[in-house]
Amino acid sequence: MDKEHAGHEPLLRMSKRGELLPAWKSWGIRLIAFFLSLVASGLVIVLISGLNPAAVFATMLDGAVGTSKRMWVTIRDAMTLLCIAVGLAPAFKMRFWNIGAEGQILVGAIASAACMIYFKNLPTPVLLLVMIVSSLIAGGIWGFFPGVFKARWNTNETLFTLMMNYIAIQLTSYFVALWENPFGSNSVGVINSQTKAGWLPNLLSDGYNKDFGWNVIIVLTVTIIMYLYMNHSKHGYEIAVIGDSENTARYAGIRVNRAYVRTIVFSGAICGLAGFVAVSGASHTISTSTAGGRGFTAIIVAWLAQFNSVVMVIFSFLLVFLQKGAQAIASAYNLSQEVSEMITGIILFFLLGSEFFVNYTIHFRGKKVKA
Amino acid sequence: MTQAQLLTLINSAIAFGTVIMLGAIGEILIEKAGNLNLGIPGIMYLGGIGGMIAAFYYELGGGASPVVGLILSFLCSLLFSALGGLIYAFLTITLRANQNVTGLTLTIFGGGVANFFGASLNTLAGGVGQISVPVTSSAYIAYTKLGYMGTIGKVLFAHGFMAYLAILLAVAMRYFLNRTRPGLNLRAVGENPGTADAAGINVTRYKYLAIIAGSAVAGLGGLFYTMDYIKGTWANDGTIEGLGWLAVALVIFATWKPVGAIWGSYLFGFVYWAYLYIPGLSRRTLELFKMLPYVITLVVLIIVSLRKKRENQPPASLGLSYFREER
Amino acid sequence: MAVPCAIKMENITKRFGKVVANDHINMELHEGEILSLLGENGSGKTTLMNQLSGIYFPDEGQIYVHDKPVTIGSPKDAFDNGIGMIHQHFKLVDVFTATENIVLGLEGEGRLDLKKASEKVAEICARYGFDISPEQKIYDMSVSQKQTVEIVKVLYRGADILILDEPTAVLTPQETDKLFDIMRAMKKDGKSLIIITHKLHEVLDVSDRVAVLRKGEYIGDVMTKDANQQSLTDMMVGHAVTLNIDRPAPVDPKPRLEISGLTVYDELGVKRLDNVSFTAMSGEILGIAGVAGSGQKELLESIAGLYPVSEGTIVFHDPQSGEDKNLVGMDPLAIKKAGVGMAFVPEDRLGMGLVGSMGMTGNMMLRSWRNGNGLFVNRKEPEKLANDIWKELEVVTPSTSFPVRRMSGGNVQKVLVGREIAQDPAVLMTAYAVRGLDINTSYTIYNLLTKEKMKGIAVIYVGEDLDVLLELCDRLVVLCGGQVSGVVDARTITKEEVGLLMTQHRKEGAVNG
Repeated sequence: MDKEHAGHEPLLRMSKRGELLPAWKSWGIRLIAFFLSLVASGLVIVLISGLNPAAVFATMLDGAVGTSKRMWVTIRDAMTLLCIAVGLAPAFKMRFWNIGAEGQILVGAIASAACMIYFKNLPTPVLLLVMIVSSLIAGGIWGFFPGVFKARWNTNETLFTLMMNYIAIQLTSYFVALWENPFGSNSVGVINSQTKAGWLPNLLSDGYNKDFGWNVIIVLTVTIIMYLYMNHSKHGYEIAVIGDSENTARYAGIRVNRAYVRTIVFSGAICGLAGFVAVSGASHTISTSTAGGRGFTAIIVAWLAQFNSVVMVIFSFLLVFLQKGAQAIASAYNLSQEVSEMITGIILFFLLGSEFFVNYTIHFRGKKVKA
Repeated sequence: MTQAQLLTLINSAIAFGTVIMLGAIGEILIEKAGNLNLGIPGIMYLGGIGGMIAAFYYELGGGASPVVGLILSFLCSLLFSALGGLIYAFLTITLRANQNVTGLTLTIFGGGVANFFGASLNTLAGGVGQISVPVTSSAYIAYTKLGYMGTIGKVLFAHGFMAYLAILLAVAMRYFLNRTRPGLNLRAVGENPGTADAAGINVTRYKYLAIIAGSAVAGLGGLFYTMDYIKGTWANDGTIEGLGWLAVALVIFATWKPVGAIWGSYLFGFVYWAYLYIPGLSRRTLELFKMLPYVITLVVLIIVSLRKKRENQPPASLGLSYFREER
Repeated sequence: MAVPCAIKMENITKRFGKVVANDHINMELHEGEILSLLGENGSGKTTLMNQLSGIYFPDEGQIYVHDKPVTIGSPKDAFDNGIGMIHQHFKLVDVFTATENIVLGLEGEGRLDLKKASEKVAEICARYGFDISPEQKIYDMSVSQKQTVEIVKVLYRGADILILDEPTAVLTPQETDKLFDIMRAMKKDGKSLIIITHKLHEVLDVSDRVAVLRKGEYIGDVMTKDANQQSLTDMMVGHAVTLNIDRPAPVDPKPRLEISGLTVYDELGVKRLDNVSFTAMSGEILGIAGVAGSGQKELLESIAGLYPVSEGTIVFHDPQSGEDKNLVGMDPLAIKKAGVGMAFVPEDRLGMGLVGSMGMTGNMMLRSWRNGNGLFVNRKEPEKLANDIWKELEVVTPSTSFPVRRMSGGNVQKVLVGREIAQDPAVLMTAYAVRGLDINTSYTIYNLLTKEKMKGIAVIYVGEDLDVLLELCDRLVVLCGGQVSGVVDARTITKEEVGLLMTQHRKEGAVNG
């Protein structure tokens, strides 16, 4: 009801766009924001280091994809990030703020590592299957509690999942101490470094990369499944309806609470699977930094992609590319590695801000517009 | 446990508590205005490095006055964290970006900036070795003679001035929120911005001011950590981030009450350090023990939502953007 | 006439786009009187008053307060002129006390002296006999107490002209009586009051004078002592207008849905339906008439399994199996599984009937997504249905995937009604199916409903325009305050008679015939 008072029109007035922008326009806005952010981060680099930004960006490119080894590491890390983002999508689409991916990854990782340690004598395919299943279950359990409390008592899920992260971190510390190897190192070390039991096996080898490929296959499979689940399955449809309006969902005969808990468990399970990918497919060990903030970064990936699994592939690569590139700058010019986070932050600020210009128009004071 | 041990434990708890208390009361102010700022860890980082940069250059240039170092570092810390808050405020209020995502980005950004400068100060200044600002730090650590007077003196008075500033700020925050007109208006903004708007309150201005002021206060937590807790050095170990999240947890634990944050923060500090003095705690079980603050917070969160006592709930519009035309 | 005027409005005109909400209105509020502003929904009452309270600014015309010309551009301007409006939707902060809400946003010294403020609040309460305590929290209050806080808020700011927008809509009869006592006390204290309402007995009960609006125009005013329910109804509804809606005779009417003794309470414990009984027949359109908020929404949602029922039964006579099924206690899924063909066009189109972010196809799936055994949804049939509706009902949209939220109101309604009819239901319920639609679209909808009736479907039509109800429906159920005040034949009853039924509670109805 509150309309602008005709007497006091402000200099700038914002209003929601009446119609959707065509895709090329909205992506154009985002692209402009991205280039502006590169300019801004270039400026920052010049200001603090006096380096030539063009050379810096060249170094970045080289650092991220310059050799096949670097390329592979970039792909591998992008896949892990993608897996988490894909897992978060259904929860976020339902407007459940799952900040707890970090914890869900860790418990998935603990479950995987435990299988590697205690069931190392199982045949590889069986062991891997057991690891996958247990990481899914562990992540699912970590999603179950905040989900039930949200559905039943409307407990704030953002704060709940945030706490679950720290409980998972301490749990990880506990298991690191339990599985410490060698004694006194305060780390688990590479698990099964001799037998490679529970490691994702070779798919292709180019001489450097002993475990090339399986990560990509697993994560892309999950991504495609998630795409189908979200866009073509009955569950996916329920999620979309609930995310839009709970009343409409009830009207359409959806049992909202049940769908809620189910979705959060599923979301947590996929994040748990990301823990498996990180342990079995990359580090072959576990520590409190196994998640390494990726649970948070993935939220941003999912958000920017507007929960579309396919678009997430692009944003995962973009972010990992930026990180790797910035790390390369750091070592090439003797700066701190953290420059990567600073630049990531700047770019994300711009991308987040650009959404406003996709959804809103700005009117300048001038001719009076009749309502 | 001997008396000396207990004394050490209490003092550690107070020092630890002061870091997260400052973070928490800053966040309380922001959340009372209806914004859930998950960028607190980043802001505490910014506050810490801001102070460090000022002190470092001051001492590098030959500055030898602890008081000048203190003033410079304090102001610079406020400036850094307020700027961090301004970025968050601009994105979430004016550009209506999602608060959670923006906050998380701010945490990444703040950590990046702080650790980048922390590690690079050396290089940039021409390689002077270990970063340390002993002169400035001494002003933060200093306490009066009362701190040497017996057990009571050691418990109550053997702390740097910021430990008392934190308590003062918490009490002042409570007074501001509950006993002043702007405080009432601010709470209305966080509870129901539509109502506040109808009552003639400038919602945007209140939110901006609360976020910037709250960020400045939260940044002081980082400053205290750098200057007092680790005695004017810089450690690139991610501790501040962990403390920042604990500050966010403390807000829930204190059910959004500034004075609750005082004793809550000391309790967290006590639990955090108590493991050192519990006999028979293995390195493993101590990790489980360190889980306690989070488990307690979770239990508080659950109880609060089960009891549905209205005074203990989060501000009703926490996390939502306000846009008048949308209603 | 030299009556001193608290407010005088001259040629006030307000347009929203093409719609003229207020058309050159001239109205006066005399000092120290209670004026009733009477009119049907959409007659422009609230819009007119919002121009006094600073929410809207008139396109044309002049407002005088105490005979001085004024410009009211904001709620603050209104307060400065001593005008306070109590809106239908309370603007209160739940966790604050009464006093805190009352002083909210006021300027003054930084320190907040709640004690002093509370004393002043208590003083106002004592003066007019309000039963709130200054320290009480809003969430602990009844609806009527919350309303009282709003009134005190206005008085605290020194208003001497009070506007109450349908204050009794949310009150029980006892609370209403109390409110009227308060209004009389305020009048005695020298305040001037306007009460917006469409309940005739209240008008007659509390006011000194009545002003009537109809379709944005000022019809006139009468002294209350010279008016009665009949004369006011005539002014409010006007003469019957012939719409020429095609109304064939019902086909083979048989009981399809039998409601008996239905009673429901809302989440605040207020009774919303009180012992409602009627039968909807197959092959006829049953109209539900009543002023807004008489229980229409609750009635339809109860039948659809979306509102908790306290007492009573809703029995569905299955035309195929001949079985009787009680729908009470079933949710929409259970109703569907029981084989009850129920179509429902709810009042809140985008908030309940449709998914705003989805296109036509996605919205067609809302009724069919569960079909089939597999994990995946079938998109082909909904897509086909969407295309059919797009063509047949001439929905204006760029594609079947264009979000319905971005469509115009009329098109949204076509999508919703089209989908519900396509279900081939046994019962079709519509709430305000033509609200906000232009004439042509409205007729499209009427024809669709009549076509459904001729197929032998029981159509329940909740409407607000009496002319339409009288020409479209076969029978009418009239609701008043959650009770059925009459079940009548739409072909023979007059508009005035329905108007009377709408505004009379049953106990009064017995007296007046």
